[in-house]
Amino acid sequence: MNKLTGYTIKMVHQAFSEKMLTPTSFIDLSLQRTKQNRDLNAFVCVTEDAAETHSIESEKRFYISKQPKVLDGIPIAMKDNFCTSNIPTTCASEMLKNFVPSYDATVYSRLRRAGACLIGKCNLDEFAMGSGTVDSIFGPTRNPWQYDKKKWRISGGSSGGSAVAVASGSCLAAIGSDTGGSTRNPAALCGVVGLKPTYGLVSRHGLIPLVNSMDVPGILARTVEDVTTVLNVVAGPDVNDSTTIKKPFEPITLKDIDLSQVRIGIPKEYHCEGMSREVIDIWGLVADLLEREKAQLEVVSLPYTSASIAVYSILNQCEVASNMSRYDGIEYGLRANVNSSTEELYALTRHQGFNKVVRSRILAGNYFLLTRNYVKYFIKTLKLRRLIMDDFKKVFSPDGGVDLLLTPTTLSDAPLYDEFAAKHNRDQCAFQDYCTQPANMAGIPAISIPITLSRDNLPLSLQLMGPPLSEELMLNVAKKIESLVDFPILK
Amino acid sequence: MKFTKICRRLSYEHKSLVARGFSTVSDKWQSVVGLEVHAQLNTESKLFSGAQNTFGGVVNNCVSLFDAAVPGTLPVLNRKCVELGIMTALALSCKVNEVSTFDRKHYFYADLPTGYQITQQRNPLANDGVINFQVFTPGIHKKPYRKSSKIKQIQLEQDSGKSLHDAELKRSLIDLNRAGAPLIELVFEPDLEDGEEAAALVKELVLIVQRLGACTGRMEEGALRVDANVSIRRPGDPLSTRTEIKNIGSVRGVAGAIRHEIERQKTILDNGGHIINETRAWDATARVTIPMRDKEVVQDYRYMPEPNLPPLRVNLKTDIEHRDVLSVPLIQEKIPELPEQSRKKLIEDFGLRPETSIQLVNEPTLLDYFQNLTSDKTRNPTKVANFLINDLMTVLNKKKLSADDCPLTVKQLKELTDMLLSKDINLEICRNVLDELIVISDDDVSPLDVVEEKGWKLKSNEDELTKLCIEVLENNPKLVKQYKNGKTKVFKALLGILSKSNNKVDMSVASKIMEGLLKK
Repeated sequence: MNKLTGYTIKMVHQAFSEKMLTPTSFIDLSLQRTKQNRDLNAFVCVTEDAAETHSIESEKRFYISKQPKVLDGIPIAMKDNFCTSNIPTTCASEMLKNFVPSYDATVYSRLRRAGACLIGKCNLDEFAMGSGTVDSIFGPTRNPWQYDKKKWRISGGSSGGSAVAVASGSCLAAIGSDTGGSTRNPAALCGVVGLKPTYGLVSRHGLIPLVNSMDVPGILARTVEDVTTVLNVVAGPDVNDSTTIKKPFEPITLKDIDLSQVRIGIPKEYHCEGMSREVIDIWGLVADLLEREKAQLEVVSLPYTSASIAVYSILNQCEVASNMSRYDGIEYGLRANVNSSTEELYALTRHQGFNKVVRSRILAGNYFLLTRNYVKYFIKTLKLRRLIMDDFKKVFSPDGGVDLLLTPTTLSDAPLYDEFAAKHNRDQCAFQDYCTQPANMAGIPAISIPITLSRDNLPLSLQLMGPPLSEELMLNVAKKIESLVDFPILK
Repeated sequence: MKFTKICRRLSYEHKSLVARGFSTVSDKWQSVVGLEVHAQLNTESKLFSGAQNTFGGVVNNCVSLFDAAVPGTLPVLNRKCVELGIMTALALSCKVNEVSTFDRKHYFYADLPTGYQITQQRNPLANDGVINFQVFTPGIHKKPYRKSSKIKQIQLEQDSGKSLHDAELKRSLIDLNRAGAPLIELVFEPDLEDGEEAAALVKELVLIVQRLGACTGRMEEGALRVDANVSIRRPGDPLSTRTEIKNIGSVRGVAGAIRHEIERQKTILDNGGHIINETRAWDATARVTIPMRDKEVVQDYRYMPEPNLPPLRVNLKTDIEHRDVLSVPLIQEKIPELPEQSRKKLIEDFGLRPETSIQLVNEPTLLDYFQNLTSDKTRNPTKVANFLINDLMTVLNKKKLSADDCPLTVKQLKELTDMLLSKDINLEICRNVLDELIVISDDDVSPLDVVEEKGWKLKSNEDELTKLCIEVLENNPKLVKQYKNGKTKVFKALLGILSKSNNKVDMSVASKIMEGLLKK
């Protein structure tokens, strides 16, 4: 088991070259592992046939044409809100339980073009609305750390399935989505690296939207290096997504970085109520480590941080109300069995197709968008969002600002399922997303790096944030931190 | 709020008093009409997808994943649509906005797959334009008059699909071929007074978009659809409650629907009733407007900025273009001569009467013929124009053909008009030849051949004509006697008898001979 949770892309390719492993045998191992870990419920669907076909193609490129691609023979998993041609894409919702797209999301087609082998589609909160991967029609995903059939921890979410798939060794990398922290949060709780790239760096074409103006495909892997390799494959402009950054993407290289020229800010507003002692301690510990490496550390301020959760909540609900209006039972997806009138058909389909969380966000969003409320809520929220963005702009300003920010990713280690599930979805998110969603608000890149284990032997992680398109510096500093802390492999 | 309530009550009481007291109140109403026009842009593909934009395709065959609202698909703006929208805006003297944005307009309808329409509600493509046009409906107006209507805004937006309701099987079927087709919506100020003005505006708009190649203008295909807002008030009063007539599908329909709606509102107010704000439809067969059942509830469209489309930027100042930014000055250069300029030229350069110029410009095919017929040699422009408007159109109308369907070549028309103008044939023969040519529909047949083959050439030989005249005089001794007694009016009757008996007579020559004979 433990080799599978320790491998990196480089190591696997090395093993392929030395024929210690072959793509087909390795994919086979990964599929076996996936089956063994069925209890964790990381997958909505295991794509065994696809994985085998893909691995045979990889094998040919490795040994026959001898022109292997960067991800040949590498098992990957996709969160089940990315469209995959001829493979069901459910968003963990009754609404799309029978939906089989006829096209590939750009992220997936780029991964495939680089030789990656799809192991399966990963569990999530319905339509990615959550931070625990507990609200799925397929049941909750379980955290592999300290897993016990009776007493287990949540994986975090909403990309919990992707994080668990990586942490438990089913795959080397997985794609999640990140709207308010949905990639970084489960990465942090499951002890893997989770990257939320700059908004517009990675195409959203084929990602079933939650909040279009904040959604970004996220990357989960066990090392910063693997995350970087995957980012280099998927990033760059896409004609199918008008919001992608038009400038061609320059692949990122990792090197041994000299931290003496790097200024790192510690935003005081992130030291918030409810943050566990252990989290505060590792935050200080890593700050000290960086300072010892000659990085320049300073305390900075992002005064509008506390407004972020409310702003996020309103914008989220407005866009949800709008985005979900296409699910009417006419073109695809669930259609309720009623034919008295079109209105009845809509009402019943949407009642049966969406869970309570989705329905309540639709209701609230439509309320905020009413003509009489538009200025009072929506416009005001946009203004606050601008202020939050300005906070970041100021703190990252070229003259006198910092290069990166160091914060916790979550306020604590992974909560027990029973405790978490007892809370309302809104409170779960408000608590879990506190440190992560300002980055979505501002469209800036952020990465969660596992640091150490808590007293309960659960992962504790920190987050780096940087100005737009600062992925290169951010990933290099993340790699430095990774090497300084030496986070343990899941046994 | 209170103040307006009081005013309303006062005006209501005033109206009912007036209604009770006077029977001729109807004459004192003033009608106010404003239009909203949707024009489908004539592009290869749709506004935000690569699907084919065509009329009459196989059902549900011009539909991309995006058009069917398949989850995860995103809109990509079609540059050609922006260009045609801007061109139309410039032709209507609008101010093109450097930055415009897209909004989502939400409502549930089975043929609206996303549950919202992407439009430009808040920051449209262009604002503040004007359309100038001539109002002239033969039979209604004696003389044309000039009118103009202000344009509030022009916006780009998506069309919806089509619902087909099967009342017997109680089933609805959806065709998404039209879903996502590019439209521009033109919102006019309420500055028209009646249906004829509205119809004239629509006709002018059709001509303009056709000249630009922005839209086919084929109202029968739904390529241009008109909504009319109609209200009536006392002169000097503020605008009162209006009704909206949706989706009128022809120029004459616009005139008819608005006329009917004004009359309907007058009758209601004259009888002491009041108008409710509602959406109505024009029943072209019954020639009445009827309330639309499914639009009773006032909708809140919950507009929201479209997050998947960055703001649309254009270059207003220079000729520099790149992939995402069009140059407005470059588009301005591509604008062809517009109908208003054409009419002006016809009046100033060819000496045509204003009504003739309107009729010619209203039929692009006729105008084209006219330009050809007057360009290679000097033909009397007024006679050519009258020939086209009266004679050619009469023959086409009889055959239930529109001007656009006219099969005649310019060469054929040139020969024919030359024969007519040089009096080788008369008007009646000319119409017969037109008729014959249309039946044959062969570009290679010359009118001269037809005339000769049928023996229709005019008799202008003096001896022959003298013979015919003598025959007429001999057969009508009474008339001759009357003439000789000084009743010279009968001369015309004698000529009439001559032309009736023989339609190939050159009457101008014949009349001289006849006069000579009588005076002998």
